[in-house]
Amino acid sequence: MRAIEVSGLEREFEGAIRAVDGVDLEVAEGEIYAFLGPNGAGKTTTVRMLTTLLRPTGGRALVAGHDVVDEAAEVRRAIGVALQEAALDPLMTGRELIALQATLHGLVGAEATRRGDALLARVGLAQAADRRVGTYSGGMRRRLDLASALVHEPRVLFLDEPTTGLDPVSRKAIWEEVAALNREGTTVFLTTQYLEEADNLADRVGIIAKGKIVAEGTPASLKAEVGKPHLEIGLADGSAAQAERVCTAFGRRLPEKEGKVLVELEGGAAEVAKVVRALDDAGIAVESLDLVEPTLDDVFVAKTGEHLEGDIEQAPAAAEAG
Amino acid sequence: MNRLGVNLRVVAALGRRSVRQTFRRPQLFAPILVFPTLLLAIQTGGAGGAIELEGFPQVNGFLDFMLAGAMVQACLLAGNSGGIALAVDLEMGFTDRLFAAPISRFAIVAGRLAGTAALGAVTAVWFIAIGLIFGATIEGGVAGAILVLALVALSAMAFGGIGAAVALYAGRASVVQGLFPLVFVILFLSDAFFPANLMLEPAGTIAEYNPLSLIVDGIRELVVGGLDAGAVAEALAAIALIGGLSIALSAVALRRRLRLGA
Repeated sequence: MRAIEVSGLEREFEGAIRAVDGVDLEVAEGEIYAFLGPNGAGKTTTVRMLTTLLRPTGGRALVAGHDVVDEAAEVRRAIGVALQEAALDPLMTGRELIALQATLHGLVGAEATRRGDALLARVGLAQAADRRVGTYSGGMRRRLDLASALVHEPRVLFLDEPTTGLDPVSRKAIWEEVAALNREGTTVFLTTQYLEEADNLADRVGIIAKGKIVAEGTPASLKAEVGKPHLEIGLADGSAAQAERVCTAFGRRLPEKEGKVLVELEGGAAEVAKVVRALDDAGIAVESLDLVEPTLDDVFVAKTGEHLEGDIEQAPAAAEAG
Repeated sequence: MNRLGVNLRVVAALGRRSVRQTFRRPQLFAPILVFPTLLLAIQTGGAGGAIELEGFPQVNGFLDFMLAGAMVQACLLAGNSGGIALAVDLEMGFTDRLFAAPISRFAIVAGRLAGTAALGAVTAVWFIAIGLIFGATIEGGVAGAILVLALVALSAMAFGGIGAAVALYAGRASVVQGLFPLVFVILFLSDAFFPANLMLEPAGTIAEYNPLSLIVDGIRELVVGGLDAGAVAEALAAIALIGGLSIALSAVALRRRLRLGA
């Protein structure tokens, strides 16, 4: 059975604003699916529909085999949700929040306490469990939010921008925890603005722009669609023309960048050693050599004509300012 | 556990959270206990001679007369604070956590109202204690004090419904906060702090028909007169009217919010 099946999903807001415009997607059991797109692309609106927080205005979505409109209660029993901004009460302690979350899912008594303690220990918050959430760092809040979403051992976990605004260390800690959960069998649907997050964590990526999915596949297959890796070769003065002649044998020459010779490798990364040998045989002194793989941003540019990076660069700063 | 059991546990858990939240956030706590206590002290100290006025009800002292008003004022402010807290939950997205859980959506509002009722009970105990310490007597005895506690708790829940309805409709704490001055207008147009029969017109007539006056009278009678089933029944009817309307409005506002996904 598919963990998530979506067909023609739409959501229109007042003023004929179509935030989600006919999204189709499938997520297999045990998969990590990343929904990648800039701010306002429709990621959060899609997640809110899949988690029953928002009714679709068109199309259909099944989560854990249940319709998000007609069987909303069954969907809620099967899912864990950690929403954007880590909506936590700063006046509660971590332990109180986990206990409340357990109560919301019908867990009581010793079982609820045992699960709560285990989860707090798992996310490294056992020592801080009796402190108010208001005193937690951003990373601690995200980890607490993640723990609270797991209290009832959900089949499908929804994470809406789980690392937005976090420092690299905290971000990595969340990634490791999500990957570990997935290895234990939890299906994960996450939204992100971070290329690196989608690339490292996801089995498959859906790129969304202006409410529509513009590309979908594994990170490797998406990148392979838009081009091959290329070499950026830094050279001593005067040898560029000679290097270009040597490199032509390995693939198409790309426009020069910052004085470096760029060549697309027809045979992929496996040809790097051959290029180095050929340059050496020709007596060309190489100052630097970088293998550049296509990124998901290249995919985004190819599909939409716009860069995703601008939003990504600004996201942490915006989060800190807010 | 069956669904009803789960939802009752959720109401209790959210009620506990609501009480804890109030005691941990001074801006929610202060209006409920501190302001009514200060007003009670100022009015009792400054206007105690009012009991000598012709037509003023027969009471042991002005503090005895004022206790009911202070309690109802605290209830109104508890309802307002509950609404503010709910709006803050909506603003920061905490309610999404609750809406995404497999519980009755109305349990979320009921939990908040249960917390407000508990805070009402706390204020009743507080003002009865203050009254007894400063020389007032509860003519209804222990049974009267228990009835006062119940009426105050139910009043707080009924007024909490108004705060919840506004919070769910507007979704902004600043809007609910805007009700604050209205609380005092409604209070001063009842016989909470002054007998309706001694007010100038049209205030006296408004106070006479203000359902708040029935609640105040029911509580006051237990303090200054004794056990009066009629007065208690009238207070309960007024609470049922306000509570029924406010909770129905809350339910409508909740349905609207869920429909719009706001």
